Amino acid sequence: MAPPSKRRPGYDRKAQYSLFASYVIAIAGALVALLLLVISIADPTGFNALRSITAEATRPVSASLRAVVVGIGNLDEAIAAYINAGSQNAALRRQVDGNRTKLIEADAIRQENIRLKRLLRLTETDTGVVSAGHLISSTASSSARVARLDIGRSRGVQPGMPVSAPEGLVGRVLRAGPNTADVLLLIDEGNVVPVRRTSDNIPGISSGRGDGTVEIRALNTESNPFKPGDVLVTSGIGGLYRPNIPVAIVARLEGDRAVAIPLANPSRIELIVVQTPFRPAEAVAAGTPGAEPPTNAGEP
Amino acid sequence: MIARYDNRIGRRRTLLHIRGTPVVTVMLGSMSAALVPAIAQTPLLPPLGLMLLIAWRLLRPDMWPLWVGLPLGLFDDLMSGQPVGSAMLLWTIILLGLDFESQRHFWRDYWHGWFTAAAALAFAIGGGWMIVRLAGYGGSAVQILPQIAYSIGLFPLAVRLCAALDRWRLP
Repeated sequence: MAPPSKRRPGYDRKAQYSLFASYVIAIAGALVALLLLVISIADPTGFNALRSITAEATRPVSASLRAVVVGIGNLDEAIAAYINAGSQNAALRRQVDGNRTKLIEADAIRQENIRLKRLLRLTETDTGVVSAGHLISSTASSSARVARLDIGRSRGVQPGMPVSAPEGLVGRVLRAGPNTADVLLLIDEGNVVPVRRTSDNIPGISSGRGDGTVEIRALNTESNPFKPGDVLVTSGIGGLYRPNIPVAIVARLEGDRAVAIPLANPSRIELIVVQTPFRPAEAVAAGTPGAEPPTNAGEP
Repeated sequence: MIARYDNRIGRRRTLLHIRGTPVVTVMLGSMSAALVPAIAQTPLLPPLGLMLLIAWRLLRPDMWPLWVGLPLGLFDDLMSGQPVGSAMLLWTIILLGLDFESQRHFWRDYWHGWFTAAAALAFAIGGGWMIVRLAGYGGSAVQILPQIAYSIGLFPLAVRLCAALDRWRLP
């Protein structure tokens, strides 16, 4: 069918002018939008005030919905565990017996470790934990992989701080508002993390691929030293992330790089902790984006 | 017979109700990403705000002023986490493009509407990816292809929703 033709005003001068004005406003507005875009690309923390207003407004809804979803999401695991209860019980019992001796050995090793570290004066008791919170929502319709935290500046969270979960590294804080903060996840291409292989300390660089995996490139070897199953942890180089936070496990190789799966799956983790940058001055010197030292952070 | 229809015609509707319903639906569509409590690992949700904007545009071609992409796009940018200005620019280009297209092709049908909407959605998602890429974030282009596909596939549902709301909106 034919649409109504309001866009053809005929001889009415007033209608002609208002039609012309709407084109002028739209095109001028598009140019202004382009300018805003350039500003926001040049300064990612810009428009922070505007963003935090909307983030604060949606926070209560997404935080309470998130609590419901996490409960439902774990329901399938609970049911599966119930069905397998018998066989699982026997298997776990055997495992516990095996683990008991290992645990005793580990305890002895830990104490010896503490003693040796004290001899070397290497004890590092400062974990730098600023606050703990939850991931409540994410940029699900955009191609940037950013998640939102339910804690913000009021709890000491500052842009550039590393975020990790018990399972492993999650990302770093991109923007912080009064009660919310945006986290650039490990799986985003803009997040580069210096890592090392746990078995032999081969250094590498992890960067996101935007599809839930990360790619690992070795720093100083010609051929690809990684193989599937390698576990990677942060190396502490660059001064932003503390050493030995679990990052990812290598899944497959692609030419000179390895594709790895993050150990902390952002859609399943419940609790996260925000930490201070490991060595803020070093992080700024290394030029890690967004790693400005927070004003209230002490030197570790 | 009269009792059957008298609650569907000649109802009392304020101007806010008539003019505000489309704006509110588009804004709710934009808010979906910030409200959905899932931590997405790939672009998961279709751009619901834009889909509703285009659906209203196809349903009532003279309803949106050409500049409406600016305020609604700003709101979408703040909610979706795209760089500010991204949806403002892309939505205004889409509205100008649809305006130009409706002057060139006067006669239209269901498939024509779906096709132009598909082109607009692909342009917006691709453009959004490009802008995020320029800002130094995001990932490869492959990850947005499923998002484009199901945005196009779900578009008729958005039109149905707008049509139902249109009947409720008007007196």
